[in-house]
Amino acid sequence: MSTKEIAGKAIEFDADGYMADYKQWDQQVAEALASDIGITLTDAHWKVINFCRTDYEAQGDAPTLRRITTVGGVPTKDLYQLFPKGPAKKVAYVAGLKKPSGCI
Amino acid sequence: MKKLLILGAGTAGTMIANKLSHVLSRDEWKITLVDQNETHYYQPGFLFIPFGIYGENDVIKPKRDFIPSGVDMIVSEIELIEPEHNRVRIAKDNRHLQYDYLIIATGTHPRPEETPGLTDASWRKNIHDFYTFDGAVALTKHLRTWQGGKLVVSIMELPYKCPVAPLEFIFLADWYFHEKGMRDKVELTLATPLPGAFTKPRAGQLLGNILEEKNIKIVPEFYTERVDSEQNVLHSYDEQEVPYDLLVVVPVNKGADVIGRSGLGDELNHVPVDKHTFLHAEYDNIFALGDAAGLPTSKAGSVAHFAAEVFVENFLRYIDGQEMTEQFDGHANCFIESGFGKGILIDFNYDVEPLPGKFPLPGIGPFSLLQESEMNHWGKMMFRWMYWNILLKGKEMPITAQMSMAGKWS
Repeated sequence: MSTKEIAGKAIEFDADGYMADYKQWDQQVAEALASDIGITLTDAHWKVINFCRTDYEAQGDAPTLRRITTVGGVPTKDLYQLFPKGPAKKVAYVAGLKKPSGCI
Repeated sequence: MKKLLILGAGTAGTMIANKLSHVLSRDEWKITLVDQNETHYYQPGFLFIPFGIYGENDVIKPKRDFIPSGVDMIVSEIELIEPEHNRVRIAKDNRHLQYDYLIIATGTHPRPEETPGLTDASWRKNIHDFYTFDGAVALTKHLRTWQGGKLVVSIMELPYKCPVAPLEFIFLADWYFHEKGMRDKVELTLATPLPGAFTKPRAGQLLGNILEEKNIKIVPEFYTERVDSEQNVLHSYDEQEVPYDLLVVVPVNKGADVIGRSGLGDELNHVPVDKHTFLHAEYDNIFALGDAAGLPTSKAGSVAHFAAEVFVENFLRYIDGQEMTEQFDGHANCFIESGFGKGILIDFNYDVEPLPGKFPLPGIGPFSLLQESEMNHWGKMMFRWMYWNILLKGKEMPITAQMSMAGKWS
């Protein structure tokens, strides 16, 4: 667990480097986290982020790519363009969620 | 009479039917088991078929040999689960089966048609799978006469059953082509959506090192979009390409279609249940076990076995109106065949990753954890006998359902 100042707020991060408490998150935090990993948020990004946060609240886990595509309605190809190289992890990071479990 | 209905007579359903038939009173309970097939496959054995190690007789037996007396087995397709009416519609005679409690154990299945291009003209020609009996047999024939080239093993989607099987396949392929004196003519590559050989760090590192020692290339974070079976190239969503001469895939795995049709599953038709008790998230008389369950642990027979033990303890309390006090910990235990007569054993749960050490097994063990040994290979080979004679029949195994830290170096 570590604390970093993000967008003027003291935000806690877990051992994986993801936000420890998704309730500390707001739009400014998302924008700062996104810029951390070289992404400027557009409406298309926000659609994905909002879906992921709603789904996380209902399911308790950050959604997989397949879930964002089939339930959230965003084609996988678009996800790779919006959040290049590992979109499921990157969107979870920006949306203030835990690292996707990616269980096998 | 109370009615217990079990859907699926695979590893999980058969074990549970056996265990419950011994402990539920026959005067009070009627247990019914429905499955669409008459044949029970020893699925861990499919891996060995392409290399000529196992044949048909090693992996096939009639399901009825494992169904206890007193359990009514119906062979039929399952049309629809209607949880609001506590009943299941089956195809045979268009019957409705009423239940007081329902256990869903319909498994998860390879769906090659989910990946564009995979089942085009090259399917079962130079594109194969080994997760079905027919697939394993077709691949055996192909390997026997294959002249060499680029052999690519690729995983289409997570989760898939028996998570170590693709690694074992490629380790065995390395051994097989060595034995045939043509290893120098074969380039072996594993293309996987995972960040490495395995999800958990210590096992991932060890298995990654073994891949390297065996001169097997790994392409991590490769999420397949489509297969171009004319050019023989795998394409990922982020526009990487992996060319192949022979492609062996782990197709997308999905739960039974009836789960989706009945509105009981997630986007892959796996049933969301409590990860400690297997109780359905919405219905308090429905449980899901084995690969059918959407649990954050491996889809594997060992998990189904440990889960079944915890479940039976809990179920006896639950039907008496008591709290379910046993908590499943996600325990999995897998022998990984690593080729040249050796194997690796891993033992882990929801919270503890596979660790090195010794795995005690009264009368037989200990086995080495997270390192190669010949003993582990024999453990894997012996397991087939244990599966048919002990495990499926619901008899006691000398391994605890909850993972133990005994012997592990943490």
